[in-house]
Amino acid sequence: MNLVEAHLSIFLKAVFVENLALAFFLGMCTFLAVSKSVKTAIGLGMAVIAIETITVPANQAIYSLLLKKGALGWANQFIPTSTIDFSTIDLSFLSFISFIGVIAALVQILEMFLDKFMPALYNELGIFLPLITVNCAILGASLFMQERNYSFGESITYGFGCGVGWALAIMALAGIREKLKYSDVPPPLRGLGITFITTGLMALAFMSFSGITL
Amino acid sequence: MKPLRDAFDRVHPYFAKGGILEKAYPVYESIDTFLFTPGETTRGRTHVRDGIDLKRMMITVVFALIPVTLFGMWNAGYQANSAIVKMTEADVPIEYDWHHSVHTFFGLGHDPGSFADNFIYGAIFFIPIYAVTMFVGGHIEMIFSVLRGHEINEGFLVTGLLFPLTLPPSIPLWQVALGIAFGVIVAKEVFGGTGRNFLNVALASRAFLYFSYAASISGDKVWTAVDGFSGATALGQMAIAEGGAIESLDSVQYVWGDTGSITWMSSFLGTIQGSIGETSALLCLVGAGILIAAGIGSWRIMLSVILGVIGTTLLLNAVGSETNPMFGVPFYWHLVIGGLAFGLVFMATDPVSASMTNTGKWFYGILIGFMTVLIRVINPAFPEGIMLAILFGNVFAPLIDYFVVQANVRRRVARYAS
Repeated sequence: MNLVEAHLSIFLKAVFVENLALAFFLGMCTFLAVSKSVKTAIGLGMAVIAIETITVPANQAIYSLLLKKGALGWANQFIPTSTIDFSTIDLSFLSFISFIGVIAALVQILEMFLDKFMPALYNELGIFLPLITVNCAILGASLFMQERNYSFGESITYGFGCGVGWALAIMALAGIREKLKYSDVPPPLRGLGITFITTGLMALAFMSFSGITL
Repeated sequence: MKPLRDAFDRVHPYFAKGGILEKAYPVYESIDTFLFTPGETTRGRTHVRDGIDLKRMMITVVFALIPVTLFGMWNAGYQANSAIVKMTEADVPIEYDWHHSVHTFFGLGHDPGSFADNFIYGAIFFIPIYAVTMFVGGHIEMIFSVLRGHEINEGFLVTGLLFPLTLPPSIPLWQVALGIAFGVIVAKEVFGGTGRNFLNVALASRAFLYFSYAASISGDKVWTAVDGFSGATALGQMAIAEGGAIESLDSVQYVWGDTGSITWMSSFLGTIQGSIGETSALLCLVGAGILIAAGIGSWRIMLSVILGVIGTTLLLNAVGSETNPMFGVPFYWHLVIGGLAFGLVFMATDPVSASMTNTGKWFYGILIGFMTVLIRVINPAFPEGIMLAILFGNVFAPLIDYFVVQANVRRRVARYAS
């Protein structure tokens, strides 16, 4: 029961309280650019959920087995006469570059998968799918995972929650933007300008969760 | 009326296209149609079903708000006068400000038993807030409509009345001006004016103040307009209760050293402290009656918010909590305390920011009810949740509509395919 509660708390926190898009403003480039229609937003949201759920645990495994201070301790038993004590090595300065590498590789695989099996969605996402590689929401989730020392199981829940939160935010924004087609926005604000203001007002509504401790 | 009409017709050429005051046409038009029926008729293929237009619809909401407003003025004065009497008895120092000077200038005292004393003292607090709102918001609206060439309409009369009613009587007037300026510009005019925004304007203004100047719109000191007063509202008291939340309402600590009690009946009738317009659930019910009878407020939204509140409360009652007494608050208390009744009748039903589809309205209302209780119960940062819950509902309303429409499309495709 406790385990379920802990995971539920991580999930709800990632979706609502610490929503990557509306509380941390991560992944803004795609968030603003691909939110013109709900249909595309749903597609991109699903892609982000998938990528987050895979990359965060993958990065967690790499971090805890290879990079963390003392993580290489298991190597000592294979080289007993070695002059190096592996358990003192701290490779965490490599976490940035390895996280990015893992994300890039996984996005490539997902891209090939979509191209083969869901060509309609693949065409619709177009350039934005490769752009997920450099989406800060994806890297952000991995870095938060590292900072908070999540276990492997927790990082699956956390990655999934982050993806769901981001997807929910972009779908809501796309819904609003479809409605705003009937608005009469002053010409200088049309396009990105009004989208920035909309995002700010949405974040105001999401403030309702700030302060909740789970 | 005839001379007035003639006067309007006489100056009309100045405002018409090519006239010297062409740019000020929206101002002329708004005053004209406020007083007389607009002369325009529908063009194109639109089928007119009703004589009511946007202007008459908005003014009906204003009428529905009048009972709440009048009671709010009386209650603001009643709360202040009761507190003044109690504080004077207990020798608590009171710092009187200009409101008191104006009040005594009229030769009135602070007797909570006197209707005139209460009503006038409350009005001295409410009317400046209302005047500042109308002056600042109205001028911003006018500037935008002149520059952008759209009409001024009664939409702002509703926003301009709702916003002061959601504020505590003691709020500084410059904050009122700042709040309504933010709401009208950022939440409404940048989207093109009435009917084109996605957030409720009055609530966006209030939320802006709430997060910017929390000290003057939350806590124990602001809800009764006496400087030096301190006493918790029902929600504030429950949030800090040690034992049962409802039992704690029998012993609310006030600054004069005595304890008082908040009963269900006083919360229902509205003789408790709070934002100016929110206290009386009974008069909100009257307002709801007017809105539903006139076909302007959606009964689906009102009903579904109530259902959402009841459902969530029953769920939380069943779950229970040893550390948080708010879990045990029954739904009939949730419905009368705080701003829930006011919000669900006048704010959630705002036809612009709510869901448009009938099925969507049910989901939208239930979401708001659910979020309200959730914020009240599990978020220690905010004792009241209806404002943020409605804004949250506004954000998701277009998405809800999208899914409802898609479901309808799919169902019809399936029907005609067979």
